[in-house]
Amino acid sequence: MIHRMPITRRAALAGLGTALAAPAIRPSFAQAAPIKVGVLHSLSGTMAISETALRDTVLMMVEAQNAAGGILGRRLEAVVVDPASNWPLFAEKARELLAVSKVDVTFGCWTSVSRKSVLPVFEELNGLLFYPVQYEGEEESKNIFYTGAAPNQQAIPAVEYLMGADGGEAKRIALLGTDYVYPRTTNRILRAFLISKGIPESDIMEEYTPFGHSDWQGIVSRVKRFAGEGKKTAIVSTINGDANVPFYRELGNQGIKAEDIPCVAFSVGEEELAGIDTRPLVGHLAAWNYFMSVQSPANTQFKAMWQAYIKNPRRVTNDPMEATFTGFKMWAQAVAQAGTTSVDAVRTAMYGQKVEAPSGYTEEMHRNHHLSKPVMIGEVQADGQFNIVWKTPTAIPAENWSPFIPENANRRRG
Amino acid sequence: MSLAVAPPVADARLRLGLRAGLGIFVLLLGIMPLLNLLPVTHPLHVSDFLVSVTGKWICYAILALSLDLAWGYAGILSLGHGAFFALGGYAMGMHLMRLIGPRGVYGHPVLPDFMVFLGYQELPWYWLGFDSFPFAMLMVLLVPGMLALIVGFLSFRSRITGVYLSILTQAMTFALMLAFFRNDMGFGGNNGFTDFKELLGFALNTSAARAGLFYASLVALVLSFLICLRLTRSKYGRVLTAIRDAESRVRFLGYNTTSHKLFAFVLSAMLAGLAGALYVPQVGIINPGEFSPANSIEAVIWVAVGGRGTLVGAVLGAFTVNGLKTWLTSAAPDLWLFVLGALFVAVTLFLPKGLIGLIKGRVQ
Amino acid sequence: MKHPVLILLLLCALALPARAQDAFTAGLTGLGTGFNQTAEAVDRLGASGDPRALPLLRALADGRLLRQADGTLLIRGDAGVQDALTNAAAEAAGAEPVRLNNRVRVALRGALGRLQLVSPDPADRQAAAEAVFRSRSAENVPLLDAALARETVPAIRARLALALAASRLMADDPQNKLLGVTALGATSSPEARAVLLEARATNPAIAAQIEEAVAAIDQRLAVRRAAETLFQGLSLGSVLLLAALGLAVTFGVMGVINMAHGEFVMLGAYTTFIVQEALRGIPMLAPWSLPLAVPAAFLVTAACGAAMERGLIRHLYGRPLETLLMTFGVGMMIQQSVRLAFGAQNREIISPPWMQGTLMLPGEIAVTQNRLWILVFSLVILGLTVAAIRFTRFGLEMRAVTQKRAIAASMGIRTGHMDALTFAFGSGIAGIAGVALSQIDNVSPNLGTGYIIDSFLVVVFGGVGSLAGTLVGAFGLGIINKILEPWAGAVLAKVFVLVAAMLFIQRKPRGLFAQKGRAAEA
Repeated sequence: MIHRMPITRRAALAGLGTALAAPAIRPSFAQAAPIKVGVLHSLSGTMAISETALRDTVLMMVEAQNAAGGILGRRLEAVVVDPASNWPLFAEKARELLAVSKVDVTFGCWTSVSRKSVLPVFEELNGLLFYPVQYEGEEESKNIFYTGAAPNQQAIPAVEYLMGADGGEAKRIALLGTDYVYPRTTNRILRAFLISKGIPESDIMEEYTPFGHSDWQGIVSRVKRFAGEGKKTAIVSTINGDANVPFYRELGNQGIKAEDIPCVAFSVGEEELAGIDTRPLVGHLAAWNYFMSVQSPANTQFKAMWQAYIKNPRRVTNDPMEATFTGFKMWAQAVAQAGTTSVDAVRTAMYGQKVEAPSGYTEEMHRNHHLSKPVMIGEVQADGQFNIVWKTPTAIPAENWSPFIPENANRRRG
Repeated sequence: MSLAVAPPVADARLRLGLRAGLGIFVLLLGIMPLLNLLPVTHPLHVSDFLVSVTGKWICYAILALSLDLAWGYAGILSLGHGAFFALGGYAMGMHLMRLIGPRGVYGHPVLPDFMVFLGYQELPWYWLGFDSFPFAMLMVLLVPGMLALIVGFLSFRSRITGVYLSILTQAMTFALMLAFFRNDMGFGGNNGFTDFKELLGFALNTSAARAGLFYASLVALVLSFLICLRLTRSKYGRVLTAIRDAESRVRFLGYNTTSHKLFAFVLSAMLAGLAGALYVPQVGIINPGEFSPANSIEAVIWVAVGGRGTLVGAVLGAFTVNGLKTWLTSAAPDLWLFVLGALFVAVTLFLPKGLIGLIKGRVQ
Repeated sequence: MKHPVLILLLLCALALPARAQDAFTAGLTGLGTGFNQTAEAVDRLGASGDPRALPLLRALADGRLLRQADGTLLIRGDAGVQDALTNAAAEAAGAEPVRLNNRVRVALRGALGRLQLVSPDPADRQAAAEAVFRSRSAENVPLLDAALARETVPAIRARLALALAASRLMADDPQNKLLGVTALGATSSPEARAVLLEARATNPAIAAQIEEAVAAIDQRLAVRRAAETLFQGLSLGSVLLLAALGLAVTFGVMGVINMAHGEFVMLGAYTTFIVQEALRGIPMLAPWSLPLAVPAAFLVTAACGAAMERGLIRHLYGRPLETLLMTFGVGMMIQQSVRLAFGAQNREIISPPWMQGTLMLPGEIAVTQNRLWILVFSLVILGLTVAAIRFTRFGLEMRAVTQKRAIAASMGIRTGHMDALTFAFGSGIAGIAGVALSQIDNVSPNLGTGYIIDSFLVVVFGGVGSLAGTLVGAFGLGIINKILEPWAGAVLAKVFVLVAAMLFIQRKPRGLFAQKGRAAEA
């Protein structure tokens, strides 16, 4: 765990000159007050299934950073709270972290609604939140750094792939999603995109289900019927978390093979697949900005570090974890460069910050508070991992205000 | 269930004591926002966080009070009171959304942001009128009241009582939750409403606005308490308690039990709606999660913990459980569910009359 | 293997004299250099008909085909690594598996299908017929004609005929095309319909005949669809029935409101996981882990139920609402314990092969195997429950205690003991439901919360205390839900069903099968 730290230290030195180059191998952290890192992830309730791994990732990073001498010679201290998948409680806990615990930075949230709930609090109290999950865009707060993907970094490339020769030249698209803002907005963007590519409205099917939907028989047979109209069909799934296992089981049981109707998902990663027997699903796709199967030195280190921390050599990593990891490293670099944890100074230092991410690319934080990220498409393999079949040559910047939403033209700037 | 009979003298003195305790408590709450104005270094300074979280608890206390009126006095165990609370909150949320006006991200003069990016062309009809504060306040009371009237009328008329009514109301709030989760309903789906800017001309993200809302909630709590007190002490209240304890007998005595219960249920729903309306601008978000059946059960548990059938108990329970929850979700994020779960079990097993029963036992 | 391959060789030799050998080596070029090149190579190999192509393509499909940096292809088999061309033993060091994507898989399916049509294994031929149907092309017509002439298994013949018809449609001469249209129009398969619709766009000359054929298929499909909707409704009903059956005992018979019922279901699902992990190392028992989990789950949750009844619930008899609150607290604790013990992530339950895939009923009505088994299972469990209550000593005493406790006690029945047993019985059924639900839902700490409200509603809707009511209630709500779903969408359908059930209970507060007489007044 210690061997990966020189990168951080080097960046710190580059930013600071010699003034703070002092930290010894085992610093005592005697005088300075610790830097507080808030962790705002649900540990109980419906979102615990996804968010507990992110809590562990942050704790792992804090431990590693301390082992490497902390930042600015100060020790890091994690403040963990449980907002319990309850959105008003997210706002309350955010206020508590900022006003009572006085944290210097917070890593947290998974769902859009939790982020929307805490956003006014972070803006009012001028806090700093790192949000690590892919989302629908249409937001840009000066108090939030978005380290997950915007729609143009995930959804559109994936659909382009499906429509290309390698993806099977799909001509009809079934958009299936859980009924909330991310799928709705993403599908609105995709619909506009598909129409711009000459696909008629009648060849687009859109269907939404409640959270945790477990009975997919009807919808999957309707998709089969939709596919039976004589044109190559593909499914684009924005189905959320819990509902995926029953959905994929139904796909497998109704014999929908990737060769016939490929399904590309934006919310299914290694963690979700860990709960399913993936053999019937080989060849179905997912679009992310990172897969555990990425071959890069940074990823090898990341995986080793995670499995050692969690003491389970079979635990998987996934995209939001990588986004948390990258966000944390960027923040640590920015603090070292700014020489202070003051939010305004760190924010300025964040712009243009670069990290060799486990994705194997150099990711950069832009002034729109979003990361440039590579887009990758992976096929599900029998072992629950993804085989990367396509990726962008470089990391691409985020368009958090999608050009496919016409109203963005008269959006208020600033 | 001896709560219905006239209290003996000692009990009356105890009641007086409790009431005085409550008075002091309200007074303490009353000066909290003032203490917040003291410099941070002052020993009596109360933090922003504590003020805002207490404001939230006050709203919960109103909800507990309304539930106690229905359950503790009329014997209607509603597991759907969260729905009335949420409906009141939504009515207020719609008003707050309309007040954002062109300050939204997309600068649309009328439509809230979520409607703009979901491609709405015009405001749905049921959003009309919510730009007016009096209209919105009317809806805060009317919408939950109407729902309670319909559900209550149908159920009480067919003499659905006890557990059956609980399951029915639970299904009601569950159905509403599913419905409100739908984006096509025009209520913002899962995200609900956030990013409120102002209320009655005051910017919401200021200490002054928070103090104002805090006092409004406190006044509402005191008024609700007095209304409930007045009601339960009246002849009507006695009949209500009699219905709770032996409905058939009261009916045979010639009382129209349906209308008695209906009145209590509708009033209770309106109070819950009021609580929701005060809650939303303070927490800054309303979404369908508030309809979740677990929330309603939790509210029932506040009442049970405090002491069912005593108004002071309901208030006490709401503050105790929520205080514990706020503290424990930070102090013991992995274990707080055990503590709360054990508290519920212990209270039902060992303190059937709640904390108030415990205090009474001590005094006697 | 040798014999049919010879036939194939012969066939190919007739078709493409003296080119087979060259075509094979030429076909290999580019294999493994990129997805496009691989797919093209696979196409060429499939067309070559060379016997060496079959093991090579199979190895490619299974991920056993390796490629060295210099382009040498190796096959990893049970015996070790061999050179794909020379069959000589080779060194696998430095070789990378040839990667697949969906495009390569589509090509592979077509190529393997053509090569396997002559396989002696009926399963291979069935798969081949399927594959050739999907990768239809005019070139397949003579191949399929020959295969059809040889085939004796009726199911494969039907499939081959379909494949032949589809391939005919791709032919150049209109006569052949019309033959294809007629054959496809005689089926009731949506795939055939899709093929026809696809052909309509490119063949305006025979559009009218195609329309006719499609209409004929549509008619048969409508019947099929109705049958499938019915099955889906029954299946949803069976899930509701399983979830509610335990409640029908604890709530319906004993009047205990157990809000931790969903958590018992969840414990049953986790028991399934534990049994599966425990048997993983025992090859003899591992395939039977699911059936073995049924008694295990029953025992575990029944023990939990008995402990809960003796420890907590018995102090609250006569106070159902307090029981409700208390069990809610217990449920919170059980859920968090499981979350801390097993983690918040989903646990993987492996479905045995007989629970996977689709079963074709007569009339090509497709039913998914896992749901069919769960439907059967739910009815069996219901039957056993009824039998236990009707025909056993335990059932007799249980009914005696719930009907008239004092008299039962005076007859020498240990009523407290019976309460514990009854509650354990109901909880055990919840555990069994968990085993079944582990096959269709997430095994996570939140598993139970999704079912609790539906279960209570089913019990009340059917009539408290009546197992027949629970049965009819569960299937009724399930079927109504599935009929509404296509029109209203999944969310609104569920809302409608909830509202309808609520309104029904308003009209008939005692449910569908109301208990009459004294018991109903309790």
